[in-house]
Amino acid sequence: MEVTTKSMPYDAWQDNEYIEGLVKQLQESGTNVIVGSLDKLINWGRSNSIWPLTFATSCCGIEFVSLGAARFDMARFGWEVARSSPRQADFMMVAGTIVHRMVPVFRRLYDQLAEPKYVIACGSCAISGGPFRKSYHVAKGIEDIVPVDVFVPGCPPRPEAMIYGIMQLSRKIKVERFFGGVNRKEKQQEFLAQHPVEGVED
Amino acid sequence: MANIIQKIQTLFPSATVEGDATPIITIPGEQWHDMALALRDDAELKFDYCVTVVGMDWTESLGAIYYLMSTASNNVIGVKVVAKGDREKPWIHSAEDVWHVAGLYEREVYDFFGIIFVGNSDMRRLFLNIDWVGYPLRKDYDANPDINPVSIENERQTDFTDVYSLDEKGELVKTERRIFEKEDFVVNIGPQHPATHGVLRFRTAVDGEEIKKIDIYLGYIHRGIEKLCESLAYPQTLHFMDRMDYFSAHNYHHALCMVIEKAAGIEISRRAQVIRVMMDELSRIASHCLFIGTYCMDLGATTMLFYTLRVREQILDIMEKTCGARMTFNYDCIGGVMQDLAPDFVDDVKALLAVLPKNIKEYNEIFTGNVIAKNRMEGVGVLSREDAIAYGVTGPSGRASGWACDMRKLQPYSIYSELDFEEVVATEGDSMARFKCRMREMEESAKILEQLVDNIPDGEYCVKVPKLLKLPAGKWFQITEGCRGAFGIYLESDGSAKPFRIKLATPCLPQAAVVDHITRGQKIADLITIGGSLDYIVPDIDR
Repeated sequence: MEVTTKSMPYDAWQDNEYIEGLVKQLQESGTNVIVGSLDKLINWGRSNSIWPLTFATSCCGIEFVSLGAARFDMARFGWEVARSSPRQADFMMVAGTIVHRMVPVFRRLYDQLAEPKYVIACGSCAISGGPFRKSYHVAKGIEDIVPVDVFVPGCPPRPEAMIYGIMQLSRKIKVERFFGGVNRKEKQQEFLAQHPVEGVED
Repeated sequence: MANIIQKIQTLFPSATVEGDATPIITIPGEQWHDMALALRDDAELKFDYCVTVVGMDWTESLGAIYYLMSTASNNVIGVKVVAKGDREKPWIHSAEDVWHVAGLYEREVYDFFGIIFVGNSDMRRLFLNIDWVGYPLRKDYDANPDINPVSIENERQTDFTDVYSLDEKGELVKTERRIFEKEDFVVNIGPQHPATHGVLRFRTAVDGEEIKKIDIYLGYIHRGIEKLCESLAYPQTLHFMDRMDYFSAHNYHHALCMVIEKAAGIEISRRAQVIRVMMDELSRIASHCLFIGTYCMDLGATTMLFYTLRVREQILDIMEKTCGARMTFNYDCIGGVMQDLAPDFVDDVKALLAVLPKNIKEYNEIFTGNVIAKNRMEGVGVLSREDAIAYGVTGPSGRASGWACDMRKLQPYSIYSELDFEEVVATEGDSMARFKCRMREMEESAKILEQLVDNIPDGEYCVKVPKLLKLPAGKWFQITEGCRGAFGIYLESDGSAKPFRIKLATPCLPQAAVVDHITRGQKIADLITIGGSLDYIVPDIDR
């Protein structure tokens, strides 16, 4: 099964092995025909309308604004409905540095996102701390705080790179089991069990 | 300048002076407050604008340097005050009652150096949370991540702040003061809010729909750039300038390069000067374009963003061709610029200048004359000239209040003194004036570009600079005009290849602090209008 999006040839993608691994996992676990077809239908809808949370701390956020404007036009892909409330968003584009003081806020925003939820680490600061890695007040990547689905490198990444990153996310969504447990969900549960927040029940 | 120094020395014989371009006056701590009053109130001196307060750790002692500017003579001086007491509890008399904005800068110094300002009405930490251990910019700060770990637990909150005073014996006395009154209804806005332009947090006391008081919380994007610079060689410190106010990337680069060149005695070529100024002005247009777009979006006119970003993208294309990046250019370097201009730079700039007037006309037609825009902006958030100076609000926001504070005119640097452009000043001081000032500044920037685009001289774009650059021991201060206001850099060198201290005095910090003052008594919906019209960039506030 070749997982791709409209008008993008399969060979043009990077990281095909990763998606193939997910497909294999999906096929091995087995499911009945009706639920499987329903899954496909729902995932087709979900992967074409992923709504971002407006979350920008620094420079990458401005490229995200460019992404929303006419030239790069993310409305082509169904991502243009940027929500200001985490309750209405599907994924979080972490565009910018996350510092000590922001970490609890950021984690709470993630906890407030409705399931199923995804995180894209956008730019080198979100991935590893970037040029500020040695600072006393910067978190060294967001992977220790929330589970991350896609990494988009760059400082800041070009809007094209962001488009590619979100398209990879939509590919990932396509090979999920929506009914009977999302297949990435176990990993997420595992992660949250290891990084608990006091007073929050997931 | 000489007569000013002479006057200060007659008034305060114990003051000592070093340096001549921007002299630093050292004054004993007990005379500091009297001197501050004299500097501000004397008609001849009139140092009524506090540019910044530089906290210092000279290892044997702690202290602060107040940088002041006179609105009468445009001179800049520094006043150095050494803190009394030991390293546990060093203290200095506060100058908050003399220059209002100094109170905020003193909070910053307290946060980074632990120096207590006696008489300051709000001695809380500014950027770091209240349980932070240690003072990060001290030279003996322990950066071990186990002491201040990354925590996903919510930080502790308090409704109280500390005020210090001296008793009869000269001992420090700490008293607690409520930030809000006991029965105030406090609403939290931010740090995740689409209209705060980043991660800024206001705690807002409201009476019905009217704002009574705003308490501002910073540090949600504090990245410790000043401390990072101290462990890097001079050329390595430059790239941080791109990441503070990312719209003024070229302007900030220009400023830091100028300080280092001044210190090292490097003369750069005329070609590099012209290229730098052109890039600065292109940035200014791009920055103001984005301001107009996002501001209109804040007010509900979403379409404007698409119109203004059209011009911005055109400018980014010009920059990309020459600098190779869309945002963090890292273009200016010590000795000139990184690489030569792209072959079609001149044609591209001319194409931009050809479409810009039409676009500005279009913006005005769509938005400025609109009756809703007028009702929401006119008379909202009025800032008087006196308050603009006292709160240190510079840039287009300050000029909209009638304060001619364009550093390109007051402290001409690079080739600005040869250029013909007007300083845009309005008198109304409301949100509309701030908006219109930026609109007109775009036209002035275009005028500068027109003068330069056909006159880019030949020559080398970068002079030879030693690979390992060592600066002589000394102190330098440079003030320039970013896209949002006066940007000051203080550089102190101990003779090694790394800076001993770099202080970045950014324009957005006072602009965010003035929100409390100009929103009082206004409706809570106007907070968005006022905040947007000031156009602060949060990473620039927090650094």
